[in-house]
Amino acid sequence: MRFVDEYRSGEVAKGLAEQIAGLVEPGRHYKLMEVCGGHTHAIYKHGVEDLLPDEIELVHGPGCPVCVIPMGRQDDAIAIAMDPNVIFTTFGDMMRVPASNGSLLDAKARGADVRMVYSPLDALRIARENPDREVVFFAIGFETTAPSTAVTLLRAREDAIENFSVFANHVTIIPAIRSILDSPDLRLQGFIGPGHVSTVIGNRPYEFICRDYGLPIAVSGFEPLDVLQGVHMIMTQLAEGRAEVENQYSRVVRPEGNPIALKAIAQTMELRTTFEWRGLGFISQSALKLREEFAPWDAEVRHAIPGVRVADPKACQCGEVLKGVIKPWQCKVFGTSCTPDRPIGTCMVSSEGACAAYYNYGRHAGRRKTEAADVEVEVAAT
Amino acid sequence: MSGTEDGDPSRPVRPSGRTEEEVLDAIEKRRRRPHVKLMDKQITLAHGAGGKSSHVLVEMVFLKAFDNPVLDGLGDAAVLSAPAGTRLAFTTDASVVKPRFFPGGDIGELAVNGTVNDLAMAGARPLWLTASFILEEGLDTDELTTIAESMGAAAKRAGVAIVAGDTKVVERGKADGVFITTAGVGALEREIELSAAAVRPGDKVIVSGSIGDHGMAIMIARGDLELETDLRSDTAPVHELAAALLDATGEVRWLRDPTRGGVATVLAELALAAELGVVLDEAALPIKDEVNGACEILGIDPLYVANEGKLVAVVGPDGVDDAIAALRSHPLGAEAAVIGEVRAEPPGMVLLDTAFGGSRVVDMLAGDPLPRIC
Repeated sequence: MRFVDEYRSGEVAKGLAEQIAGLVEPGRHYKLMEVCGGHTHAIYKHGVEDLLPDEIELVHGPGCPVCVIPMGRQDDAIAIAMDPNVIFTTFGDMMRVPASNGSLLDAKARGADVRMVYSPLDALRIARENPDREVVFFAIGFETTAPSTAVTLLRAREDAIENFSVFANHVTIIPAIRSILDSPDLRLQGFIGPGHVSTVIGNRPYEFICRDYGLPIAVSGFEPLDVLQGVHMIMTQLAEGRAEVENQYSRVVRPEGNPIALKAIAQTMELRTTFEWRGLGFISQSALKLREEFAPWDAEVRHAIPGVRVADPKACQCGEVLKGVIKPWQCKVFGTSCTPDRPIGTCMVSSEGACAAYYNYGRHAGRRKTEAADVEVEVAAT
Repeated sequence: MSGTEDGDPSRPVRPSGRTEEEVLDAIEKRRRRPHVKLMDKQITLAHGAGGKSSHVLVEMVFLKAFDNPVLDGLGDAAVLSAPAGTRLAFTTDASVVKPRFFPGGDIGELAVNGTVNDLAMAGARPLWLTASFILEEGLDTDELTTIAESMGAAAKRAGVAIVAGDTKVVERGKADGVFITTAGVGALEREIELSAAAVRPGDKVIVSGSIGDHGMAIMIARGDLELETDLRSDTAPVHELAAALLDATGEVRWLRDPTRGGVATVLAELALAAELGVVLDEAALPIKDEVNGACEILGIDPLYVANEGKLVAVVGPDGVDDAIAALRSHPLGAEAAVIGEVRAEPPGMVLLDTAFGGSRVVDMLAGDPLPRIC
């Protein structure tokens, strides 16, 4: 398939992997964080780690939009959805996220009108088709999805659609990266930067990573070769003692980002003073809310929302997973009481969540590597 | 009632000219063959009430479409004869697909093929089916007729007779148009045992053709995605294909029909049941470009997408060439391919060697990304 196969070539990957191995300094261990959940998914789905030398460890970052929504916000979403006059529209992943009392899917089974949509514009269409009902769109995601919410809000205002509102939970990536860099738990050597967020915000917002923390970053795409080349670019920088923002995903990402998308966001949304992230706690200026003039389309204004902060389930260590402090399998409940069919934490729900990606695709990878190594040792001994 | 003594005096009395005998005969005739035509444009609760309307519906829609002497008897049960000593396979399958008509098929064809294929996977020759309908009040009668005709045609193609049935109607909103449950009986004519217990390390995994066509065709037919493709459901009866395979080699150990949950799920079940490992080769998987493309857009793995006209077989290494040749000689198996191998390790797991050069786990599907595909 064109535009896909060329980024998945096993032959090219093999050559690149050899070059990466050649950049490893003997005795040195490299921890590279892939910021984005899309990377995590690609890494496990294609077995990218199998091609990397043992010295390079990929650490999963906070860039999974479903994973970072705290339980309190999910409770708020369900409270809105339970209103019999509301049609609650959401991306599919959010339907399975557990809240204090079940998920949106459970709410649907109890009678809530919850509908899966692929775009906020679909939610707006549902509002047009159901003028007697209140239609709410559960907006989640980083700068990648915020522009489509913004465009939908602008359209709603233009067409004077009064029965539509947005429950805004958009978050921004930079404060999360900064929070991880300031966390004492983790020492990283570089970042595989989020490709799709960067199509919107561009490359420049990452410069502080190099300037203030002395780390290299390669903004990368989501095909396995993109990720592997991103690793190669970071390893090259480290070998040459450089710390710069480099763009592996130049076929999509421009340095200045997408000014039209940024303008749409700025027209409709502004920074919240603070926002709670699952596992990471409150991070100041890390999320977006609707601007005052969009109050008529703001679900938080139009609907009664409990707004209660709920602690994450005690056993769940999504926070540590999101910060890359522990691997999914190191969580106490991973694979036992927390599985993709019965998730406790958000990281086990979304296909971009590190736990779900590891559970669905990645498990036994370490064991396979050890087995392969054992075979080599045996061969060497004989 | 004109023509009676206290009727409108301005209207003349006109005797019909028929004798009383003739009139009574006509009534009896009508009573035995109630209406010659189903006049109702929509299904109403009366069509499920067991009275005259039910009778008309059965006669004019189902008997006509399914057309066989056993059903025409309209007894409470079909009475059938199987050759003495024949082992029988018996199965049932419910169809609730949405939309009911999709590129490549409809719910009726799916309901017949689904049960035919389940029988075929036991190594049986499908013989008889039953069909039970739950209809929603308000359903278009012409649509039901089309579905019934499609079932009749599918049954004919598969060489089975629909010998018994039932119809219920529920209030509007209590079902979605039509739900069809079919059950089927088939005869096992070969002395074979197909089971996970027969599978051994070194056996090969074969799929009879491109995977994921049905699930993706349905997903796209729903229109939510606003994608346009030429993709069609692969719904088809695979009993002849299965028979060709079983005749070609005695090395077939296990057969499955990879419907909901796709190839991944049936193989994960096999690995668990056999306590063996299955290793798939991603590069060898036959997948259409349209399916791959739609899956990429949706973030769905084609290994988990439903098929309705394919089979997955595990065949001993000595029978693989014959198996592939036999499958490819049948139109439904033209793209048959070896996609993997059974190994002793790791027990209970399916692994995939990615085309990229890595490897990953293929587990059973959690949740349901594609509701109501069959």
